Amino acid sequence: MTLVKNVTCPICGTLCDDLELEVEGNSIIDVRNACAISEAKFLNFNDPKHRNMKPLARKDGELIEVSLEEAIERSARILAEASYPILYGWSCTSCQAIRVGIELAEEVGGVIDNTSTVCHGPSILSIQNVGIPTCTLGQIRHRADLIVYWASDPYSAHPRHIERYTSFSDGRFQESEWEHYVARLRGILGKKRISRASARVLMHEISIPAITGLKLPPKFETKKRKLIVVDVRKTRSAEIADFFIQVEPNKDFELLQALRLLVKDEDLEVDKVGGVPVDLLEDVADTLISCNFGVFFFGVGLTMSAGKHQNIDAAIALTKDLNYRTKFAIIPMRGHFNVAGANIVSTWQTGYPFAVDFSHNYPRYNPGETSVVDILQRDETDASLIIASDPVSNFPRSAVQNLVKNPMIAIDPVISPTTIMADVVIPSAFVGIEAEGTAYRMDRVPLPMKKVVEPPKICLTDEEILQRILLQVRRIKQTGGKA
Amino acid sequence: MIMVKIKVILLTGRTIDQGTSKEHGKLSKEHEEKVAICEVDSSDLKKLAAKKDSNVKVSSRYGSVVVKAVESKRGPHPGIIYMPYGLWANMIVDPHTHGTGMPSFKGIPAELEAAPEECVMSIPLLLERTFGKKPK
Ligand code: SF4
Repeated sequence: MTLVKNVTCPICGTLCDDLELEVEGNSIIDVRNACAISEAKFLNFNDPKHRNMKPLARKDGELIEVSLEEAIERSARILAEASYPILYGWSCTSCQAIRVGIELAEEVGGVIDNTSTVCHGPSILSIQNVGIPTCTLGQIRHRADLIVYWASDPYSAHPRHIERYTSFSDGRFQESEWEHYVARLRGILGKKRISRASARVLMHEISIPAITGLKLPPKFETKKRKLIVVDVRKTRSAEIADFFIQVEPNKDFELLQALRLLVKDEDLEVDKVGGVPVDLLEDVADTLISCNFGVFFFGVGLTMSAGKHQNIDAAIALTKDLNYRTKFAIIPMRGHFNVAGANIVSTWQTGYPFAVDFSHNYPRYNPGETSVVDILQRDETDASLIIASDPVSNFPRSAVQNLVKNPMIAIDPVISPTTIMADVVIPSAFVGIEAEGTAYRMDRVPLPMKKVVEPPKICLTDEEILQRILLQVRRIKQTGGKA
Repeated sequence: MIMVKIKVILLTGRTIDQGTSKEHGKLSKEHEEKVAICEVDSSDLKKLAAKKDSNVKVSSRYGSVVVKAVESKRGPHPGIIYMPYGLWANMIVDPHTHGTGMPSFKGIPAELEAAPEECVMSIPLLLERTFGKKPK
């Protein structure tokens, strides 16, 4: 048995790089330091029930096994013959594979778009408009004394984020608030028990203080590290927070703008904004101003609801306003482990972070027009290559309808709704488990992904598969259609 | 019996159960059980006269889908329902991107009704019925 240390987790944008894997032969038998999602991945990734192990191609409506060469040839032909193919996915593969993907998109005159188009695409639009005052997660771990998660539920989507970089991390200048949280939890559980007992004995319950309320708790008068969650519902992260602000759905923009006014010492002539009393907002604004170093982490709750990129404009503007009074940073909670890398590689290769259209033989970028969901809704594409992604599950129904009616190539290690609807399926190796490469963390810090075990023989890396398809496309084009 | 329909706002999002069950296979029964659900406030369940863990139909301007209603542990949030990201939720989300590339996955007006007689469709069946193409 060997213990492989400092493994980077290939799941979410937190990109934890302290995992330890026990490897026996070619199997991972134990995982340390991982969250529940990561552990489930490392211990189950090779389960034959959900692993693509054979190249497949659709013949007479059925997906049947073919040779890898045939799958590559079919893929190359689909792309070479298409007039406006889309190449989509990229956030769960390495930067090295993305680079080849961009070359392929240029070669076939297609559109290359990554999953940020349906997560933080609006954030990118906003950052391009107004810039972003930001920093790395390391700075937050060591220095931030006020953490605000806005429209983000790290407990569910980035389970170790709080423990590694924010409230429960032990920084050089900031202590972990874990013990405080455990004590509070014990208090609440104790009160619940007393409440239940009193309900039985005295026939009435003792109420349990809620973490929401009209007043900030006493902790906010101390110098301790504080955690605020703003969301439309009481998420698991909200339960951990020192204070939870529940905003009405689609009212984040109003709340952010209200806070901007209060931070600038202006008055609000209403009683409530987005369902939150203004008196409370005044206290929150004071907390934001009086911290030494605060940070907003915002999730797709802001980008996916009404206002979209304008919500992010408002959040960044609030961060900028706060920087006149104290120090504040803002960071998007990126979802897939290399979605930031997809934007970065795309930007350094084409000048644009996503939704890049090569149909004019030079890169064009106009989200809303060149973004895949819009192209699909307008029914303009005639073929697709999907890599390391599952748009059949993740796109709205009308977009999927136009995706699956045209030839679709899926490159993926796992069986998904997309692979079972595809016309060609090429199995691949898992980046970060069976293939190495580079990925970018949510704060744009690049980290190496390790190869820990050997992939099945038939599963090449994404980079190799794309290179083979690219080579074949070039051959087809040179020979005028004959491979 | 007259079926009560209530107006709700639909939110979709990630859950830890969805994240972990995905690693057991996206087509697995386990994943379906964690994703083909809708978290409903207990007061709304009462209004529908729907039992916990019974099926409900969620409809928006963009379609309708049958999922299992589970009582929300994150309440109270009357009038707001929550579905994990996935095929079922995406049958009814708002596809308009308003020029940003991003559809609206959160804050969608919808209607909720009890559907004890209807079944939750598995992924292959839902795909075939909706898109008319035979999955593998
Ligand atoms: S928090 Fe994210 S990166 Fe860290 S172990 Fe969990 S899934 Fe992996």
